Amino acid sequence: MRPFLYQRATDPDMAVQALGAAAAANNPLTQATAQPLAGGTTLIDLMKLDVMRPTAIVDINPLAQGWSAIEPDGENLRLGALAKMSDVAVHDEIQRNYPVIANSLKLAASAQLRNMATLGGNVMQRTRCSYFRDVSYENCNKRNPGSGCAAMDGVNRMHAVLGVSDQCIATYPGDFAQALIALDATVEITGRSGSRSMPFAELHKMPGSSPDIETTLQPGELISAFTVSGRWPRSVYLKARDRQSYEFALSSAAIALDVQDGTIREARVALGGVATVPWRAREAEALLKGQRFDDGLAQRAADAAFADARGRRHNSFKIALGKRVVARALQQAVTMEI
Amino acid sequence: MTAAAPEPKANMGQPVPRYDAHSKVTGRATYASDMPLANPAYAFLVTSAIAKGRVDGFDLAEARAVRGVIDIVTHENAPKLKESKLFSNGGYAGTTIQPLKSPDIAHDGQIIAVVIAESYEAAREAANRVKVNYTVAAPSATFDSPGTTTAAAKGQNSQFKEDPKVGDFAKAFAAAEIQLTAAYDTPTQHHNPMELFTTSCAWIGDDLVIYEPSQYVHGLKNGVAEQLGIDADKVRVVNPYVGGGFGSRGSMTPRTAIIAGIARRLNRPIKLVATRDQGFTITTYRAETRHEIKLGASRDGKLVALRHEGAEVSSRPDAYCVGGTKTTTRLYACPNVDSLVSIVRADRNTPGFMRSPPEVPYLFALESAMDELAVKLDMDPVELRRINDTTNEPIGGKPYTSRSLMACFDEAAKAFGWSQRSSQPKSMAEGDWLIGYGCAATCYPTQMGPAAARVRLQRDGRTRVEIAGHEIGTGAYTVIAQTAAERLGVPLEKVAVFIGDSDLPPAPVAGGSNSTASTCSAVMMVCDQIRQRLFKAVMPDSLTDKAKETVGISQAPTTQAAKSNRPLDIEKAFDALGVSVVEEYGEWKPEGAPLDSFKAMHSGHVRLVGGHQMQDKIAYAFGAEFVEVRVNRFTHEIRCPRLVGAFAAGRIMNPRTARSQLMGGLIWGMSSALLEATEIDERNARYVNDNLADYLVPVNADVPGVEVILLSEQDDHINPAGAKGLGELANVGTNAAICNALYHATGQRIRKLPVRLENIEV
Ligand SMILES: Cc1cc2nc3c(=O)[nH]c(=O)nc-3n(C[C@H](O)[C@H](O)[C@H](O)COP(=O)(O)OP(=O)(O)OC[C@H]3O[C@@H](n4cnc5c(N)ncnc54)[C@H](O)[C@@H]3O)c2cc1C
Ligand code: SF4
Repeated sequence: MRPFLYQRATDPDMAVQALGAAAAANNPLTQATAQPLAGGTTLIDLMKLDVMRPTAIVDINPLAQGWSAIEPDGENLRLGALAKMSDVAVHDEIQRNYPVIANSLKLAASAQLRNMATLGGNVMQRTRCSYFRDVSYENCNKRNPGSGCAAMDGVNRMHAVLGVSDQCIATYPGDFAQALIALDATVEITGRSGSRSMPFAELHKMPGSSPDIETTLQPGELISAFTVSGRWPRSVYLKARDRQSYEFALSSAAIALDVQDGTIREARVALGGVATVPWRAREAEALLKGQRFDDGLAQRAADAAFADARGRRHNSFKIALGKRVVARALQQAVTMEI
Repeated sequence: MTAAAPEPKANMGQPVPRYDAHSKVTGRATYASDMPLANPAYAFLVTSAIAKGRVDGFDLAEARAVRGVIDIVTHENAPKLKESKLFSNGGYAGTTIQPLKSPDIAHDGQIIAVVIAESYEAAREAANRVKVNYTVAAPSATFDSPGTTTAAAKGQNSQFKEDPKVGDFAKAFAAAEIQLTAAYDTPTQHHNPMELFTTSCAWIGDDLVIYEPSQYVHGLKNGVAEQLGIDADKVRVVNPYVGGGFGSRGSMTPRTAIIAGIARRLNRPIKLVATRDQGFTITTYRAETRHEIKLGASRDGKLVALRHEGAEVSSRPDAYCVGGTKTTTRLYACPNVDSLVSIVRADRNTPGFMRSPPEVPYLFALESAMDELAVKLDMDPVELRRINDTTNEPIGGKPYTSRSLMACFDEAAKAFGWSQRSSQPKSMAEGDWLIGYGCAATCYPTQMGPAAARVRLQRDGRTRVEIAGHEIGTGAYTVIAQTAAERLGVPLEKVAVFIGDSDLPPAPVAGGSNSTASTCSAVMMVCDQIRQRLFKAVMPDSLTDKAKETVGISQAPTTQAAKSNRPLDIEKAFDALGVSVVEEYGEWKPEGAPLDSFKAMHSGHVRLVGGHQMQDKIAYAFGAEFVEVRVNRFTHEIRCPRLVGAFAAGRIMNPRTARSQLMGGLIWGMSSALLEATEIDERNARYVNDNLADYLVPVNADVPGVEVILLSEQDDHINPAGAKGLGELANVGTNAAICNALYHATGQRIRKLPVRLENIEV
């Protein structure tokens, strides 16, 4: 860890000013010299590993009063960026009307981490690629642009099969973001020139030729909230992993369905653990929409979701696994009692 | 009694609570790096980012500029240290690769510099700013990597004297009605004890005190003295508590003498707390192994031929191996046995002891093969073990001192509900989950070594026991206190135990599960010396013969007479002696210990006897383990909801601490089968998942049901305490039991550990 300046932001303006002032415009956000601090479970970890080296930390926890809402108003949902994972996971109405959100949070990390971690920090968490997290490896395009990718032909069991490029195959590791993607959430952003919102799906960027640029947030911008329109009681989050708890997904599926009289009117399929960004499987959704559900349909949707998948030495299994996870999650969503 | 404190059966002590429970739970227990030091400097290691090659130079400007940096030590200015031989070759060291001696790099993560600073934070920051220029050579990572060399273990490893064999394997195998040949693999594993690999070194004049988690304070003391070229009496190693060892702290690592040398030069105490990832490369580990098993049997299940060939990875300079064929060739009755162990040299650090070093990989192979044989024979795997059970080991024909293997199988099978198992694979399921039942034998050699103790008894019953044993979480304080209390007839609360300090009378390494047997036997003997002195003081001369019998200065277990005589009038005895404190010191050695035992004991050399190396007998603890696995039909996730083990290990000193050890062992075994593996990037022979987020160990949710059954067993042929070590007993059989259960669940035989969901093909 390197010395840094610690500041507490007592209002959003102060936060974005402090962040913006320290951030060099041409730096990607994740390498910005000023970083917001929420729960710190990603940021402090990566600072100790010397992967992130901010010279200024802006503690945004004092903004919690205004930014930690959990507001399901019966039709729409608003979640503040500083709401704790644990609080959202056990919220009655979230469990009832947005089970995919509740479960994506409940099945993530550990109780201690969920008590600390915030929703905003959660969607901004960074890849678990071992080569990225260990600075003694030179070759990592994400950490060290242009240096190559050690994972490509290295130990890559945990890596992505969807959305990969020849520059980077790092998995987006989080769970909650898949629920947001599936529910077509909107993200609210506060910056120096005021607030803006955009579809959550536009927040993360695929690695392409610049894996160091992970999101479309600009330096100085903060996530203030997420909103979801409608209620999604028929939704599930299925997560396959090596351990029963406290472990990232090898493959996960966030499914939300609207089924009326046996016909799927609306289907949302998002994938985790297998892709470089929170992944929306639109091809699968298109196949499902308007159809009556059966196991064959689930299988075809699962195949469609992974049609473009590319496996490497240790992670090819994720393609078959991912398909089974999608098919099973669809079955669960269709048969769940609501 | 509760599950945690099982009701003692015959030949078991009381399940008294841990001696150190309170201080551990309240955080008052002082681990090595909690020890206060006067004005310490802090060290942070810089380790190599390559596995083979050399350091061409450092750029230290940025690092030196960090405020608070005192010195940066590299091979160019490191203290000169003498070499130490490998532990398993009569020395103290876990590796003979000595860092900072030259610019050469022999393995990933080798120490190449040490930053010393006024604070931990400054040292770490400066270490992060050290720049290194390397010349990189192509390393050989593991089996099948180009550039490795392979040779038989015999002849290059002084501990591995013989490849056990008997009869004519080739002929018998060729003629066998049923034949089985199968190959098995086990991965690299790291101990990862909770307490990091720390060391604090403080000089007071010419005397050095080392605070370091060690499983062998006398070994470390002598080893560091040897490396520094000073008299061993000048060195003291202190660690009243050790946060887990599992073998990783049995031998000396290079870090200690380096830090001690720098501290001497600086004339200031230095504290090093190596990071978790550095712990993967600056200490030993369990090397990956490969096995081929050949079993020949008659149609009724009797083994007629057995061959076990094992290969293990070691470093370039050191021929370390665990050679578990000594156990697998002796476990079952079989007239024709052959074996071979070889060592494959790669560009790695030297591997070392890790909980049940030989038995874990080698029994995984044999006990998997036994299950495969049972399938071929269409026989209950428990019955196959029964048919091949034996009272004498087949290689030398020596009798087992006691062997409750089948009793363990029967007890565990009953508790587990083995009779509910439908024998066909893939025949049991519930909801999304396929269910499999599996079992395997477990065993561990009974070992003990020479140990000394000092015991002091006061008139008011207060007792002080001093022995340089080690509390690595096993319950050493507790069983030593119990032994003294029982032997002297004083209340347990009055006994104070002092261990973990090389200024105390020497005890063996806390390894090979010898500690309880060795330390308790020594303490018993010295308590008897005290009792004899007291008896003699109050008894007429004519009765001293009786006194001798009563208090037993010999090593025989307490006689009936001794027991009945216990309520000796202590007050009267002290009056007669004319003192208020009696103190005795004694040195105990097990039957068959080598002549130089006591001398070796004082110079920090281990002289363990037992297992198959006893004169005319062979001593092992046994157990049977049953597991239920569940495999998700859709995700192929593998879970293990139930682990049931029954164990017999001679006298159980304390059923509470014993259960805890065995429970931990079962969980460790499950972990070893399903989770743990250190991943090696073969291109550069470097470890990749060197942290506890990526090196998976079970969480509570992974072990919902663990049941430990302690069998009553009496063995009068091993040591005065009558105890067999059990710390390394339970994690041996689990690997095979789980793979056997997976076969039952899925019909798929998996011969490579760990088993991950991608290995399942249902
Ligand atoms: C051992 C371990 C296991 C884990 N397992 C899982 C798992 O199974 N599933 C899972 O989903 N996650 C898992 N996590 C990740 C964990 O959920 C995240 O670390 C956590 O959610 C991050 O939230 P935080 O508030 O602590 O973020 P911080 O660490 O404070 O911040 C993370 C990043 O986001 C930035 N940031 C924070 N808040 C904002 C904001 N409002 N606007 C813009 N930028 C912001 C920070 O500057 C920083 O760069 C695990 C983490 C650990 C350490
Ligand atoms: S996968 Fe991405 S993060 Fe990992 S080493 Fe390659 S470039 Fe770096």
